[in-house]
Amino acid sequence: MSSGRCDSLPPELHTHHHGHDHDHDHREPSVSTDRLSAAATGGVTGRGGRRPLRIGIGGPVGSGKTALIAALCATLGRELSLAVVTNDIFTTEDADFLRRRGVLPDERIMAVETGCCPHTAIRDDISANLDAVERLEARNAPVDVTLVESGGDNLTATFSRALVDHQIFVLDVAGGDKVPRKGGPGVTTADLLVINKTDLAPLVGADLEVMDRDARARRGSLPIVFTCLAREPGAARVAEWVRERSAAWSVEGLQGLVP
Amino acid sequence: MSLSYSSLVLADGRFPAGGYAHSGGLEAAVGAGRVRDLASLHEFLLGRLCTVGLTEAALSAATAVRLEQDPPTAVAWDDLGAEAHARIASPRLRETSRRLGRQLVRTARATWPSQLLDSLDPAMKDGPHLSIAHGCVGHVAGLDAFAIAVTSTYGTVAGPATAAVRLLGLDPAAVSGLIATLATDAEEVAATAVEAGGGPLDELPCPAATLVEIESERHEQWEVRLFAS
Ligand SMILES: Nc1nc2c(ncn2[C@@H]2O[C@H](COP(=O)(O)OP(=O)(O)OP(=O)(O)O)[C@@H](O)[C@H]2O)c(=O)[nH]1
Ligand SMILES: [Mg+2]
Repeated sequence: MSSGRCDSLPPELHTHHHGHDHDHDHREPSVSTDRLSAAATGGVTGRGGRRPLRIGIGGPVGSGKTALIAALCATLGRELSLAVVTNDIFTTEDADFLRRRGVLPDERIMAVETGCCPHTAIRDDISANLDAVERLEARNAPVDVTLVESGGDNLTATFSRALVDHQIFVLDVAGGDKVPRKGGPGVTTADLLVINKTDLAPLVGADLEVMDRDARARRGSLPIVFTCLAREPGAARVAEWVRERSAAWSVEGLQGLVP
Repeated sequence: MSLSYSSLVLADGRFPAGGYAHSGGLEAAVGAGRVRDLASLHEFLLGRLCTVGLTEAALSAATAVRLEQDPPTAVAWDDLGAEAHARIASPRLRETSRRLGRQLVRTARATWPSQLLDSLDPAMKDGPHLSIAHGCVGHVAGLDAFAIAVTSTYGTVAGPATAAVRLLGLDPAAVSGLIATLATDAEEVAATAVEAGGGPLDELPCPAATLVEIESERHEQWEVRLFAS
């Protein structure tokens, strides 16, 4: 394994700091779920008079979605108020894993069971996920960012725009360097493409330069980040991207640019 | 009953209200070895129709009948909710019923905007049970009590039948045939449900599928399952 490289490839993302390290107490009094409008479509308002920012994390089985969420919670958990919804296919394993890791308090994590149709739950019928997202946000108000992990699926899975505001697609280097070339809506249109497990490249004969070139060709100017969550468990550059999205979201809210 | 377009919208398995993730007790029955093939699936569906199917359809019909007669403010929502609650023994299925009720109302609010659906939740803590939500949604969609009861019984049958295709690898066309052969039974159950729905709330039918309720509690403990219930 010593030959594995974990250095990040091209610096797509400028890692400049914005200096908005707001510190929140995570133990806000919780809202009684009895008073929730279950059918509300907008959910509970957070900072900036706007509902929390929702980010979907999708990608093939085992690519590192849960590892990325654990990393984001560890890196951002003290400056942003976070909540996580997991979508497991058969179990509540991912939620259990996050709870065990203690990256977030229990009450900030919720598992949705998707009846063996992970793509349905994030795209065609998002009612269970919306229900979970809104209950979680209400219970932990104010939430800044809610992360929704899709059940591991294939390259065609994408999130409905009614469920999330941005999506991150996570690929696994060990899936082979041809995957970005194969494209699909996740690779092509996700707001951020994360290519994870760079340490495995030499072991599976994957060429990271090829992956980078093909991904760029598919994505135009959309950002790409190479990660090795196994060795850089903080996912600094992805965290920075989330930080920037969250800041932009509140600014838009404060400026009244959006409903 | 005259066929209405709206009843098809409501009954469509693709109506995005969360039903696809639930097997109506079928996964637990498959695990227990009681449903294995088309014949045992037929028995399961018939059993479900005559128990949970009737109970749920009657609650939906009772809701619809009351909404036809009175303004929503005059409907005894608490009593309706209590009757629905009392007819589900398993705590897990109670929770499932409320969750699906919330999901149905959520989707229906965007489908058939109405004050009734907007006001529903405050009247029912934690969301209405699915049967009551179905009655309300059918009402705002313009369905009469019988159409509401029939769409309810159709859901009772079609949900587990679809799950059986996934779980047992049964021939999808044969399962469609099975759903179709239950037409007369389903319509009879719906007619009974409508009749009962017009009567007093505490006399609504309550045949229970006890084994399904018990198994659903065990199903929750399964380490690996495809369906949420
Ligand atoms: N070698 C290596 N392994 C990693 C890396 N990141 C994650 N893993 C491992 O990959 C496996 C799958 O990671 P998860 O985070 O569970 O992947 P996932 O995408 O959430 O998986 P599903 O939810 O099952 O689709 C775990 O054993 C992780 O420890 C990495 O950068 N390098
Ligand atoms: Mg995962």
